[in-house]
Amino acid sequence: MKTQKLIDQSGHADMDQSVHADQSVHPEKSVHAELVEALPKASTSSARTDFVARTDFVARTDFVARTDFVGRTVLLDRIRDIGRRAAIGAIALAATGFAIAQQPAGQPIRIGSTLALTGPLSATAQIHKLVGEIYIEQLNKRGGLLGRPVEWVVKDDQSKADLARTLYEQLVTADKVDLLMGPYATGAILSAMGVAQRYNKVLVHHTLGIPSLAKYDMQFPAWSIGSDPATTVPNTLFDALAASPKPPKTVAVVTSKFPSIQFMSAGAREVIKKRGLTEVLFLEWDFGNRDFGPIANRVKDAKPDFVWVGAIGLEGNLLLDAMKKIDYSPPQHFYLYPSPGPLLASPDAKNALSATIFEAQPPFTSNLGAAEFVKIYSERAAKAGFTDTSVETQAAASYTAWQILEAGVVATKSLDDKAIGTWLKTNKVDTLQGKLRFDGTGNFGDDLMRIKQIQGGKWVVVWPKEVTAGGAKLIAP
Amino acid sequence: MNFALPSFSLLSQSILSGIFVGALYGLMGLGLSLSWGLLRLINLAHFAFAFLAAYLCYQMATMGMDPLLTLAVIVPLFFALGAGLHWVMVRFAVTPFNSLLLTFGLTGIAESVIQSIWTADFRKLESTYAEQKFRIGGLFVPVPELITLVLAVALCFAVWAVLRYTDLGRAMRAAAQDAPVAAAFGVNQKALGLVLAGTCAALASVAGVCLALSFTLAPSQMYAWIGVVFAAVMLGGLGSALGPLVAGTLIGVSEAITMAVTAPSWAPIVSFTLLIVILIFRPGKTGR
Repeated sequence: MKTQKLIDQSGHADMDQSVHADQSVHPEKSVHAELVEALPKASTSSARTDFVARTDFVARTDFVARTDFVGRTVLLDRIRDIGRRAAIGAIALAATGFAIAQQPAGQPIRIGSTLALTGPLSATAQIHKLVGEIYIEQLNKRGGLLGRPVEWVVKDDQSKADLARTLYEQLVTADKVDLLMGPYATGAILSAMGVAQRYNKVLVHHTLGIPSLAKYDMQFPAWSIGSDPATTVPNTLFDALAASPKPPKTVAVVTSKFPSIQFMSAGAREVIKKRGLTEVLFLEWDFGNRDFGPIANRVKDAKPDFVWVGAIGLEGNLLLDAMKKIDYSPPQHFYLYPSPGPLLASPDAKNALSATIFEAQPPFTSNLGAAEFVKIYSERAAKAGFTDTSVETQAAASYTAWQILEAGVVATKSLDDKAIGTWLKTNKVDTLQGKLRFDGTGNFGDDLMRIKQIQGGKWVVVWPKEVTAGGAKLIAP
Repeated sequence: MNFALPSFSLLSQSILSGIFVGALYGLMGLGLSLSWGLLRLINLAHFAFAFLAAYLCYQMATMGMDPLLTLAVIVPLFFALGAGLHWVMVRFAVTPFNSLLLTFGLTGIAESVIQSIWTADFRKLESTYAEQKFRIGGLFVPVPELITLVLAVALCFAVWAVLRYTDLGRAMRAAAQDAPVAAAFGVNQKALGLVLAGTCAALASVAGVCLALSFTLAPSQMYAWIGVVFAAVMLGGLGSALGPLVAGTLIGVSEAITMAVTAPSWAPIVSFTLLIVILIFRPGKTGR
């Protein structure tokens, strides 16, 4: 326990230095080195470092205690004792599975990206910033990449796609970063993709909403929406509704004209038609619309069984506020890309549906790195004053992007973009969302979008059945 | 685009919504119109004042103060701010065109300040008024929007009465019409300018409080109001007190009917089409 405390308090860099310092002044240094060498070959490098730290502490204590009566017996005892302690240490390591990574060393690997740190998209981009910070911290604790520390160079694109293009140019040509990471939001991602293509760089991105625009061979999406989400996502939704106790017959489609929203709503209209449902209303509004009153009036007047709201951010909340003013609440309602926290907090959003790739609940939390990330993210998001501290689509996609990049570098043992890109194209990557493949159209793999619903003040995944927790079912009032 | 015949209840509710939002256009346009028509300054910072006031109202309401009571603090504060800004403009002899550039810059600064304090996240003022509404026949009347309408009408008529029936108002109109002659009759233009600029900023702050009562706030949204409010001011006539209210209501109702009959995305076109049509057919009647 004491050793653990020492490790936690001193930090890995200090610990590593203290190990070397001790070796230079104490006679135990050779024994110490032997113990490190004696570690099983199968041990991970991280386990080895942990062992160095622990045995160093043990050896020092031992040395101080016994130098008062130095002699042959004592020396033999000590050697035996060290051997015993080493064995205990090794057993303890194996038993606890506890591992702290080897301290990364050398020139840092620099990963460059932009994020919308200011401007209208900054609220969501802050999630990506926090996730990136957490990931880099974790990565460096695990030993960095290729044994080198990792540094994230992030610039503010001010929610402007054209500025993102300039900044990515800067990152490649002036900052000379080793690798690129994608920015937030479709427009900026497309800008970054153009730059990446020009310089043959791999670009892993978080949340590109329009797969058909992803033409570059070495771009890799972390948001598993499949290559035709405009068909597959509405189909998943209407499958869920069809299996509910009250399948809708009439549908109102109201949607923002925001690019990554509008084509999804157009796809929903096609799906509605193919399924023989009646579309009683179709309305579009411009992104940034001020007044949702008339839209609420139109929806109320159309009397639909179900409302597809092609909303992004707070638009869904604004529409619900306007509906409330005319004493109307939709019988069943779906919101495409809402700000999950504010929608959850709205009393008018009871039983609202949405789509997700990840929720902080089983079975999602069993995926690679999920449980630990959910815990850390919640703590850090609370500290940062976020209204919603749970991991959902944005945070999960962001974390996944970093996992994909790390997997590519580790597998190829290089920073060569071509090698990484080729490997990613031909291999599956285990991530927070499950195993992802990149061999479909536009490098998109499977559509892993699930349907979730607000139930009892929480988002609960309700479809498909195999990813629901505790037998959760869609509630159709 | 799909056209649909709206039901009576939809049409009447939409027209009511249009009147409410039109009143806010008029209230926001009132100070802008006075500043442009009487001071010859195109004050884009008017929108920054309105949003700053909206955020201050939000902040004070979050601390437990009634949103309408915040006017007691906000109005004098913005009066002083407006007067101060005018003093700077006069001191440096800013021309009408330069005032447009200067106040545009100030608006950008104000947006950044708001964003740094309240972040870019949307903010919604939760007050006791927000939940209140009542019915007249089949129509739902939300109380926050009704408060905006009452304040807009009351303030527009009050300003109109001051300009028309008081010595102060006559002096302001005279100074705007012919400054040297007004000065010859003993009109203190500097003092009048400060009072008028302060009043315009105070009116912007009232509009800001109304904005906070009915709408969700985001710093970047201040730009979404500029076009339509300018249209209301141009249509209503520069320096007019009642004009922006009438024009704003006309635009608001037109937008609402457009949204009820066609699609919401067509609504912004209405205000500018109206402006263009009136500029073509009544070229001498606008912009005065």
